[in-house]
Amino acid sequence: MNAVKVIEEGYKKEIPPFRVGDTVSVSMKVKEGEKERVQTFAGICIGRKGSGARETFMVRKISYGVGVEKIFPLHSPLIEKIAVVKQGDVRRAKLYYLRGKKGKAAKIKDKSFAEQQ
Amino acid sequence: MKGILGKKLGTTQVFTEDGRLIPVTVIEAGPVKVVQKKEKDKDGYEALQMGFDVIRKEKNVTKPMKGHFKKTSSSFYRFIKEIDMEGFNAGDDITVDIFSKGERVSVVGTSKGKGFQGVMKRHNYKGGPGSHGSMFNRAPGSIGSSSYPSRVFKNKALPGHMGDERVTVKNIEIIDVRKEQNILLVKGAVPGATGGYVIIKSASPVPVKES
Repeated sequence: MNAVKVIEEGYKKEIPPFRVGDTVSVSMKVKEGEKERVQTFAGICIGRKGSGARETFMVRKISYGVGVEKIFPLHSPLIEKIAVVKQGDVRRAKLYYLRGKKGKAAKIKDKSFAEQQ
Repeated sequence: MKGILGKKLGTTQVFTEDGRLIPVTVIEAGPVKVVQKKEKDKDGYEALQMGFDVIRKEKNVTKPMKGHFKKTSSSFYRFIKEIDMEGFNAGDDITVDIFSKGERVSVVGTSKGKGFQGVMKRHNYKGGPGSHGSMFNRAPGSIGSSSYPSRVFKNKALPGHMGDERVTVKNIEIIDVRKEQNILLVKGAVPGATGGYVIIKSASPVPVKES
């Protein structure tokens, strides 16, 4: 293994397995002046990008009627916890099509439900 | 002045303790052997001649170079450069730990060769319109006046060979020093391709602004 890969390995964290389409809740440390607190951002994971320690994932949620997307570095030390709320069943690697949809059209099939069929 | 020789291994990103993600270049720096010590009364100046990257097969070393290396060490080196540095003698090994985290350095490398390039890529000329019947696309245009001066001025930016030249990146921060693996992480980019040789020197002191 080359030296660059070895360095990247050193920054990797233990990550719970989650896939695109899953609803995740990301707890992130936020610094406000002196104080540090944990902020959660929950939504649908609409894409994962990159590999190794440089991997990032994108979470989309609707906040007060406005779509909000956030890109997190997967192995960031600021991320305290990633919790999988619900597993989704999707056929795409990037769910950019959700951006143009609202309400019921933006719903993702539940995985457990999809398996029963 | 402090310095060491190295090889660019590639680039990646690294997290700091406070969670920031910073781009770094990974450099394999040293260990370097002091092949020769240049002295004031003998050579007229002081410097250390360093050798890096061992040549394993003896047949790949020319006889004159072999004689030069034999004086101080038992192995031969591919990359030899002089650095104006003190505190070491001929035959000594220099390792990355001469540098420490947070220090600022200058990195010298050979930029990637681009071949013979036109004026738009080489000198950032604007070129002409791409369409609408324009026949002036990527040409340099006028390169000077007429009967006076009746010549093209020296250093006029024209097409020619681009890249593959010595480039120095000054005053970049050392993010990490890993002694066991002889690895140096510096912030940002470093000239040259992966696998290219580089010289890492302590940055010249930044002038302090008087208030």
